[in-house]
Amino acid sequence: MPEFIDILNALVLMTNYVILPALTYGSQLALGALGVTLVFGILRFSNFAHGDTMAFGAMVTILITWWFQSMGISFGVLPTALLALPFGIVLTAAFLLFTDRYVYKHYRGIGAKPITFVMVSVGVMFVMNGLVRFVIGPQDQRFADGERFIFKAREFKDWSGLAEGLALRSSQVITIVIAIALVAALFWFLQKTKTGKAMRAFSDNENLALLSGIDPDKIVRITWILAAILATVAGVLYGLDKSFKPFVYFQLLLPIFAAAIVGGLGKPIGAIAGGFIVAFSEVAITYVYKKFLIYLLPTDMEPDSLVQLLATEYKFAVSFVILVLVLLVKPTGLFKGKVV
Amino acid sequence: MKKHLLTVALAAALATSGLANAADSIKVGVILGYTGPIESLTPDMAASAELAFKEASDSGMLLGGSTIEAIRADSTCIDASAATAAAERLITADKVVAIMGADCSGVTTAIANSVAVPNGVVMVSPSATTPALSTIEDKGFFFRTAPSDARQGQVLADAVFEAGTTNIAVTYTNNDYGKGLSDSFVGAFKALGGKVSIVAAHEDGKADYSAEVAALAASGADKLAVLGYLDQGGKGIIQASIDTGAFETFALGDGMIGQSLVDAFGGDMVDTIGTSPGGESDAMTNFIKMAKANKIGGEGPYDGTSYDAGALIVLAMQAGGSADRAAIQANMMTVANAPGTKIYPGELKKALEILAGGGQVDYVGATNIEFNTVGEVNGVYRQLEIKDDKFSLVKVR
Repeated sequence: MPEFIDILNALVLMTNYVILPALTYGSQLALGALGVTLVFGILRFSNFAHGDTMAFGAMVTILITWWFQSMGISFGVLPTALLALPFGIVLTAAFLLFTDRYVYKHYRGIGAKPITFVMVSVGVMFVMNGLVRFVIGPQDQRFADGERFIFKAREFKDWSGLAEGLALRSSQVITIVIAIALVAALFWFLQKTKTGKAMRAFSDNENLALLSGIDPDKIVRITWILAAILATVAGVLYGLDKSFKPFVYFQLLLPIFAAAIVGGLGKPIGAIAGGFIVAFSEVAITYVYKKFLIYLLPTDMEPDSLVQLLATEYKFAVSFVILVLVLLVKPTGLFKGKVV
Repeated sequence: MKKHLLTVALAAALATSGLANAADSIKVGVILGYTGPIESLTPDMAASAELAFKEASDSGMLLGGSTIEAIRADSTCIDASAATAAAERLITADKVVAIMGADCSGVTTAIANSVAVPNGVVMVSPSATTPALSTIEDKGFFFRTAPSDARQGQVLADAVFEAGTTNIAVTYTNNDYGKGLSDSFVGAFKALGGKVSIVAAHEDGKADYSAEVAALAASGADKLAVLGYLDQGGKGIIQASIDTGAFETFALGDGMIGQSLVDAFGGDMVDTIGTSPGGESDAMTNFIKMAKANKIGGEGPYDGTSYDAGALIVLAMQAGGSADRAAIQANMMTVANAPGTKIYPGELKKALEILAGGGQVDYVGATNIEFNTVGEVNGVYRQLEIKDDKFSLVKVR
């Protein structure tokens, strides 16, 4: 039997390298997937521009953050970006509504097929992609300030006396707290308010909803505004936690879509579950379990190899595999979403 | 309106002065990655090479008073097609007589193989260090003033092992440079009796390296060797290591040596060993002094080799008596190696005088240049540590 202290060490090790990073990453993916799923549920197309909407929202927020920082405005121990976030959301929403008015509205008017919408969103994606690079450049941008750590690995070791350290970064806590608050607010909005109910009705059966006097233009506007909120928050949280680089948001599109489809497209609860499933699989499959097993197994059974299922280079392949598996076995996803 | 006229007049003046110079100015390409993973190093490298050109031009001795005009082009460090296009432009449109560059191993190999060698243009790289470049079909046109990583891997392994580390994790940037350095480091470290617990590549340009670092940390090593780039994945790996408390002691390849790394994490990196090419000699000290007087850093890992690359091109053309591509190629070896008067940084005027008088020179330069038969230096390395918020010298190997 392993000693109690070894079990504790193994638990701390897992928390530090698997659970905390996956929870944070999962929250970011869940917010992204929620945006995709909402647009799919109500506007009925896969919005490929969502990743770059996140980049756009994060960029606007960063520019405002820099402006605040130059004026000496700060948020104490919290990052200034959180102050800039509401302004970023407003500008991103305005941009999405502008795109809808001048691009998507035309295709709705002529009754275009969903696949046409998907292609249109790819076009929008490229435009946003270029716009973001043009304004802020393709490089890494740092905009995080405030306290970086709540406690560092070394401080934890000294405090607990364990061999393994645990670091808790403020961006991780901020991400998880904001994600929970935002998801709660979104569900409240969809379940309890009149507009939210109208949106769900519109999503379930468009014709019936129109007959009962729901204003479709209003529903579309609200959807884009919600998508802007979710995308901007997800983009800024990802940038705060990791770093902001336009290309990375484009790469995020794959895990986000995997998350939305795993949960069932059009199902908000599915998007959240999907986000965490994808994040935990990515981190857990590429993790090296050698040290973890050494703590738990008796000495004569300790592994010599790394005990790693998949090398970290193939991290992105995990999303692909999950996507393929779900589409093969249960195309509607875990929560019975729409079939693509 | 007045202001507008002034600008026009100024532009005209500049244009004509450009034309006037064109008659006796010799064009040399300086192709480095002004954008990309080592963009924080390249401005000083280019300026160091141009310092050698300026020294030769100002001496009035170069081929009867000619001057050198440096034409910069962007190698991007990683994009081989962009780099070859840039080199193609230098050679065919700008008609440069030689190229100082390129910087990163992958683009340098691409330019050498598909542009410089076929066109018969000498290329002197100050920083491409992959062992693979020693064996390309270069027909005598490719030279480098930075030593091959086969040697650096050995030096870094020696330094780490002697400092008492016996179990190390290795991560390298997934390209020619990273792979080459990693192979030689791992081989050397194992030969010393050390244990390499994991070797993992990392991709540049990601936002998040926590999964990579988690795997590296779980292998149970005491130290992490980061053989990457300081503006890219290498930095991300160190960031994630420090964030999670996975590693705080590192071994760094030359691509990681730069002040920006220390500025970002200085206090959190303990017991860190780095290597960078170049000796600590009076010549190097003099070069750094000279560079600083011209507002160039001078202490970057490749500033000295860049100056030497520029100087060798100038001396080769003087020895050949004409600024054409073949003459430069024919004389590179003779000006770099013995016999002849030894030439140190800042002595280009003296060297040009000797060559003009028919004598011989042995260019030593800032980094103790001596080419072997394939046109490479064998190289000395500086072992560095982080002290008082900057990289400082421990010893020369």
